[in-house]
Amino acid sequence: MIADSRIEEKRGSAAERRAAWLLLAIPLGAIFLFFALPLVAALFLSLTDFDIYAVADPHNARFVGAENYLRLLRDPLFWKVLRNTLVFVVIGVPLTLAASLGGALLVSSKLARLPGLFRTVFYAPVVTTLVAVAVVFRYLYHPRYGMINQFFGLVGLPAIDWLGNPAWATVAITLLAVWRSFGYGLVIYVAGLQAIPESLYEASQLDGAGPWRQLRSITWPLLMPTTLFVAVITTVGLFQIFAEPYVMTRGGPLYATTSITLLMYQQGFRWWNLGSAAAIAFVLFALIIAATGLQVLLRRMQKS
Amino acid sequence: MNRRLLAKLAVNGTLILLAGLTAFPLLWMLSASLMPTGEALTLPARLVPSRPTLEHYGTLFSRLNLGRTFANTLFLASIITAISLLCNSMAGYAFAKLRFRGRDRLFALLLATLVVPPQVTVLPLFLEIRSLGLVNSFGGVVVAGITTVFGIFLIRQFALGVPDELLDAARIDGASELRIYWTIVLPALRPILITLGAFTFLNAWNDFMWPLTVLTDESKYTLPVALANLSGEHVQDTELMMAGAVVTVLPGLLLFLALQRYYVEGILMGGVKE
Repeated sequence: MIADSRIEEKRGSAAERRAAWLLLAIPLGAIFLFFALPLVAALFLSLTDFDIYAVADPHNARFVGAENYLRLLRDPLFWKVLRNTLVFVVIGVPLTLAASLGGALLVSSKLARLPGLFRTVFYAPVVTTLVAVAVVFRYLYHPRYGMINQFFGLVGLPAIDWLGNPAWATVAITLLAVWRSFGYGLVIYVAGLQAIPESLYEASQLDGAGPWRQLRSITWPLLMPTTLFVAVITTVGLFQIFAEPYVMTRGGPLYATTSITLLMYQQGFRWWNLGSAAAIAFVLFALIIAATGLQVLLRRMQKS
Repeated sequence: MNRRLLAKLAVNGTLILLAGLTAFPLLWMLSASLMPTGEALTLPARLVPSRPTLEHYGTLFSRLNLGRTFANTLFLASIITAISLLCNSMAGYAFAKLRFRGRDRLFALLLATLVVPPQVTVLPLFLEIRSLGLVNSFGGVVVAGITTVFGIFLIRQFALGVPDELLDAARIDGASELRIYWTIVLPALRPILITLGAFTFLNAWNDFMWPLTVLTDESKYTLPVALANLSGEHVQDTELMMAGAVVTVLPGLLLFLALQRYYVEGILMGGVKE
């Protein structure tokens, strides 16, 4: 009797099990058809020479093993794109972290008036349509009439050809990405700050620690897990940049803003080299796994 | 006391500066959309229209048929939100409250797939949609959003908090399991459904790559796809493009403002998903 009820505890009654599978049928079916199946197909695709002839008739695709991946490694454009991605991350992650944490500290400060209003303003860019704000920023970046260069002129800085100069174009795209996403990190940081017990600050104040000292020896270390989380989310987001260059630069000038996803999209849907595009997608996937794995690793190191 | 006042000034001054910087692109977009043609990009810069006009909005909706595009986007985002809320809540509830063999392993497997970026599946998914004859159809856009693992996860976390006694009492009263889901569980999930609904709607509204891939006919475009397309042809028409950007951005912003409390809770639930 006891054993019976224990099995029931684990397996549930027959009616419960039936209901579970009934409720799961459509959602799991959809996940299988429109996620799991394409996922496996993508791996196979990346091992074939699937091109425009195969789009017409799949029998034209041949198995080529790792050829697509090896060709990528020999392709200077692919390395250029990886370097662009590295630049996005190297500039974008520190800037995002600084803006998110700085904003969160200010919003959480006891001295701040109307913190809710400010938080809303900082978060608003996150919910805007990327395509639309990319269009807006294209005009803000206009070399002659754009607001940014006009402001630069006012304060005596030289005008920058934001989207026309390869080096600056990468920066310009990253700045848009930072503007649009720092509000997310800010909200996460605000929650992290709320979790730090007030007593720690009070005790350190009794010891004569000023705000700067408190930030360095209480806030920053205790927020480390949050920082890691925001850094990884931001990195993964920057890996996937697509709409910004698509709208603002078409990947130029001189491929300076071509991102991994844009390259994949062009290979896949402009030139119909689906095999090679799938290989690019898996490289992106590997990068994302690496970034996520690094976070897990760092966190473990921190705990021990 | 003087020092405190100074600190207060510094904190609030920096906040106002940062908020102004953050809001500037959006405010400029709105202002430029109301300017007469040719006024948005001038030397020296204009911040407010010399005489506000709605002519660009008129052009968008009459000559460029943006009303149709707006309706497409609204329809797609609504239908995706409705279907995925239903599917995700069914699955999320089943994973949280119904006992069946292999439940936790299956759920762990689903969670592991969260790391897969959409770029990986987009190519084969397109071929699949094509063989189903769904290219250039709204159905093709919708299928990709029927269920999301993130949605199932969010609902499950919340559904764990629904008291078992409530469900058991209904069972003793003889209610069927599906009836329990519909009449007891769904109402109890209301707050998280609003949260997830806001997320899903905004994502669907703002989505670019998938509609761009599926929809080939201009009359079927969504706002982001149409705007990307227009921005190529109408580079010179700054004010017109800004009006297009306002029409695209504003509904999502308003929805966020209305449901902000639910939305932020959702971010935090998703943010601590480890």
